[in-house]
Amino acid sequence: MTMTSTSPLAASGLSAATLRRIEALAIPVGALIASALVFSVFLLALGKSPLEFYGLIWTGGFGSSFSVQNTLQRAAPLILTGLAFAIPARIGLTLIGAEGALVLGGFSAAAVAIPLVTGGVTAVIGLPLMAVAAMLTGAVWIGLVGWLRHYRGVNETIASLLMSYIAIATMNFFVEGPLRDPASANKPSTMPIGELYRVGPIPGTTVHWGLAAGLVLAVVLHILMTRTTFGFAARMTGGNVRAAQAQGLPVGMLVVGCCAIAGACAGLAGFFEVAAVHGQANASLVAGYGFTGILVAFLARQNALAIVPVAILFGALAASGGLIQRRMEMPDATILVLQGIIFVVLLTSETLYGRIAFLQPRRSGDRT
Amino acid sequence: MTGADLYIVLLAMIGGAIRVSTPFMFVALGECLTEKSGRINLGHEGNLVLGAMVAYAVSFMTGSPWLGVLAAGGAGLVLGAMHGWICALPRVNDIAVGIAFMSFGTGLAFFFGKSFIQPSAPGLEAIGLGDWTGNSAIAQALQVNPLFLVGIALAVFLSWALANTRWGLILRMTGDSAASARAMGVNIDLVRLLATAVGGLLAGIGGAFLSLYYPGSWNEGLSSGQGLMAVALVIFARWDPIRCVWAALLFGAAGALGPSLQSIGISQGYYFFNAAPYILTLFIMIASARSKSAASDAPGELSIVK
Repeated sequence: MTMTSTSPLAASGLSAATLRRIEALAIPVGALIASALVFSVFLLALGKSPLEFYGLIWTGGFGSSFSVQNTLQRAAPLILTGLAFAIPARIGLTLIGAEGALVLGGFSAAAVAIPLVTGGVTAVIGLPLMAVAAMLTGAVWIGLVGWLRHYRGVNETIASLLMSYIAIATMNFFVEGPLRDPASANKPSTMPIGELYRVGPIPGTTVHWGLAAGLVLAVVLHILMTRTTFGFAARMTGGNVRAAQAQGLPVGMLVVGCCAIAGACAGLAGFFEVAAVHGQANASLVAGYGFTGILVAFLARQNALAIVPVAILFGALAASGGLIQRRMEMPDATILVLQGIIFVVLLTSETLYGRIAFLQPRRSGDRT
Repeated sequence: MTGADLYIVLLAMIGGAIRVSTPFMFVALGECLTEKSGRINLGHEGNLVLGAMVAYAVSFMTGSPWLGVLAAGGAGLVLGAMHGWICALPRVNDIAVGIAFMSFGTGLAFFFGKSFIQPSAPGLEAIGLGDWTGNSAIAQALQVNPLFLVGIALAVFLSWALANTRWGLILRMTGDSAASARAMGVNIDLVRLLATAVGGLLAGIGGAFLSLYYPGSWNEGLSSGQGLMAVALVIFARWDPIRCVWAALLFGAAGALGPSLQSIGISQGYYFFNAAPYILTLFIMIASARSKSAASDAPGELSIVK
């Protein structure tokens, strides 16, 4: 290496790649802190104490082993829906339909369980079948959005949200009609899947296996997107579709593939909501996990591994909601306001990339 | 289904179209204005919900529904201006910011709206356009809200102003080619900020209609995607304010399909018919994507059609 190219980097002691990593960590963390400050002003304006609020989030989210497990329980679907946003984002698509894929996936799992349970099939065979049904449903549902995007030029953001509403209406149709459990009077639901079909907790904890599935998928998908030709081709397509096509990459297949993976993740989240949390499919599946997942993915900068800690953070926010409601006498929507502020501040902070002077690698031509 | 039943369903759908279409119309006109300037605001769902809540709260506290409408417009204006300001920063993606504002506006509305779910606020009075017929079914179908008429007048005005005024020309030029607008000395960020802010104001008024007229009360399930469907509606209407009105009526009629069928005793598949507007929107998007006429009418700077 020549002196001109090494000296500026040597001056800071850090490589360009390291600086980029620091920037990618510093800006989202800065955005979080800024959001916390903005939200403090909001709380002060309402005459509430920000210190008490953040203290309660700590207590409610991480304060005891019970609250940690509560946090992890809520983080599990967020990891999966975060992945469902992040994977298509790498190929340049803004998909906001994970909520629908989660609902429909959970519903399929519950629907498949009905003949299995009445037929007396053991859970060892039945549960994987339910999971596969949920993932396939999600994959087809979101894959269809990718297909429409690539082959028909339909805007994927709006299409995926419309598909979400159609998915929820589809579940309501079956749950109120053909597949309704007559015993569910006040809250129409499918037949309960029964105790034998419940996914139990991870041994030694009260957290269901969805967390483990989320962790494994985050690692697998991270490797897929960063270490394989599929991931490389997908990221290249995300960078420049025309260049990817000129290179002869199967762009259509990549787009539909990434969407199908996303749908499968969301569908799997739905499976765990049914098999580990609710025990049947009903309106409780529409809990906003799909939308919080979008925020999780943005904060993690679409990095599959970073989604895990971010999902845990938002799991803690959700877990402490009840405590904040009781102790500070604030509505449960308080967490929604905080999430909205984080979302807006975070996207505003996108403008800072490449503009914080001391985080930029000095090019060889620059004066030192 | 007999002829009389068909008549009842059709009448209910026309009435439903008039009743349900107004929020679609206002959001679509606001979105149309925003998109004409070359920017897209997906956050109108947030404006709609916040507008609904603010209108209801102000109407409850002051006793005047029209003050509520004004306040809803103000809330929408603030959200729109924030969106417009943030999107003017370099490297910020307008679609993503829209998603953020959807959740921000909804969160604020749910937070401040908790205490207004129970009390009942004075709503907007309807004008009975069909009263002279003496037929109660027709009279009921033609109960028109003043905001519906305001929306139509606004569409006519926008359509005229876009084509015939200096402001309209500047707006269209900013949307079609930022480079030429800049060369003409136009401050494109300012034009887009104003267009997004006014667009947000209109979406907020659309929300006021939801809580003050139909369905006519405030609750958290009040809006179910009307704000987003309006974006698709604008594409379908090919960025023309008058066509936005027709499209809004069509969407309103689709939304009224389920309740109309229920009124003659067909309640089977009620939830399926509730999904009709979404399915219709999706098919319209599939049909209008890549069509030549849609492409030529689209503002050139718009990210979703690029």
